Amino acid sequence: MKYLYFPGCSLKGTGKAYEESLLAVFRALGVELKEIEDWNCCGATAYMSVDETKSYALAGRNLAIAEREGLDVIAPCSACYLVLNKTQKNLQDHADIRRKVVAALKTAGLDYKGTVRVRHPLDVLINDVGLDAIAQRIQAPLKGHKFAPYYGCQIVRPYATFDDQDDPVTMDRIIKAAGADCVTYPLKTRCCGGSLTGTVPEAGLRLAYILLKEAKKRGAEAVVTVCPLCQFNLDGYQDQIARKYEALDLPVVYFTQILGLAMGLPAAGLGMQRGIVSADAVLAGR
Amino acid sequence: MPLAQKIKYEAERDQDFARWVIAQSGGENLRHCIQCGVCSATCPLSLYMDYTPRRLINLAREGFKKEVLSSLTIWLCASCYACRVECPKEIQVTDIMYALKRRAIQDGVYPRRFPIPVLAKEFGRMIFTWGRVNETLLVIDLFLRTNWFRFLSMTGLGFNLMRTGRMSFMPDSIRRRGELRKILAALDGENKAEVAK
Repeated sequence: MKYLYFPGCSLKGTGKAYEESLLAVFRALGVELKEIEDWNCCGATAYMSVDETKSYALAGRNLAIAEREGLDVIAPCSACYLVLNKTQKNLQDHADIRRKVVAALKTAGLDYKGTVRVRHPLDVLINDVGLDAIAQRIQAPLKGHKFAPYYGCQIVRPYATFDDQDDPVTMDRIIKAAGADCVTYPLKTRCCGGSLTGTVPEAGLRLAYILLKEAKKRGAEAVVTVCPLCQFNLDGYQDQIARKYEALDLPVVYFTQILGLAMGLPAAGLGMQRGIVSADAVLAGR
Repeated sequence: MPLAQKIKYEAERDQDFARWVIAQSGGENLRHCIQCGVCSATCPLSLYMDYTPRRLINLAREGFKKEVLSSLTIWLCASCYACRVECPKEIQVTDIMYALKRRAIQDGVYPRRFPIPVLAKEFGRMIFTWGRVNETLLVIDLFLRTNWFRFLSMTGLGFNLMRTGRMSFMPDSIRRRGELRKILAALDGENKAEVAK
């Protein structure tokens, strides 16, 4: 199995642990990931507020470069995943946007026919690798641990391509495959606040606080996430949340880190030390 | 108390603006809105908005241009798409919010020193320069332009990111920056041609 890998800016920065754990887990499962050559920023949510066509062109350059290889693209960051899929869909549905974007790509010697499939690592793990193959690789099951599966917004909304929009379960299944339990977590697709946590903290911090508080109330020892921005908001702002609301001291980890630990991969190679709220106490002595 | 007009005359509405919103990609179904309020109910930020999403949609389609473009609502939308997937009329509320943000920046009517539009513009500038975004530099730039005081309160987070090796002060750049700029410049030409039409 071989895929192209679109890391996006966060996985090279604040979300390094996501990249480290994703690459380690996929390697151990025998799945080859090749980073897209000279990829650029997807534009995220911010660029769409500046220029619509240009934001499709930014994503379009990545899709054009990926198309040459003829492989599915894995985009682990929720914003990248959404933007690349949204671009793909709007290029397909709106001839006018397609014409402008393709013409702009051609001025730089690129072309895009529209054949790339952009997928989420959860989709690939469940539907291509399969839970049976994953189960065979579990060496150190996380028995007795309880986690809150937190999906956030942009991987199931608005395009529910591989999971349910209201009650997604793919990550729940990965957590269970790793030997741990999931708490019932009705806020699993509620917004973490996105960039508002930094720009309008009086609104953003509250959203992050509600998510953490609910997870703790339901008995979770950690929140498990799929998105570098969700992880950043829930993990990085806990001291500010403690000052404003209450101290929760709840680690926030990536699903790839949980899976990697259960597969017996070394914690350091999974970026476990990068959590601002340390997960050591929760996962020690297992 | 000064006397202020609270209700618009029919003639004071900007019908061109309403037509413009409907012409944007995502605006197609705007007239189908039944004002049920599901968007406002699912929105995790509506409690901070000056107009809830339901009211904003109504104002937009009735041509209340000034109210809509200078509202905080459009900038508080975090693009979580909850309203869009719950809307019984399949109105693409999130994309309408994006179109309104772009128009507000274009018309220069967004709230000054309110950090979200500043973030959006700086983000764009960073992509044009490097092709990728360095989160550390983006955040520093943002606070220096908007709120010094708040910047100082972020030192704890900065220290924690440094301690865990998640911070970098070197811009990450793509190799073929010229290629990306050519693509973006080609669309500048396209945009100009559209304005001239």
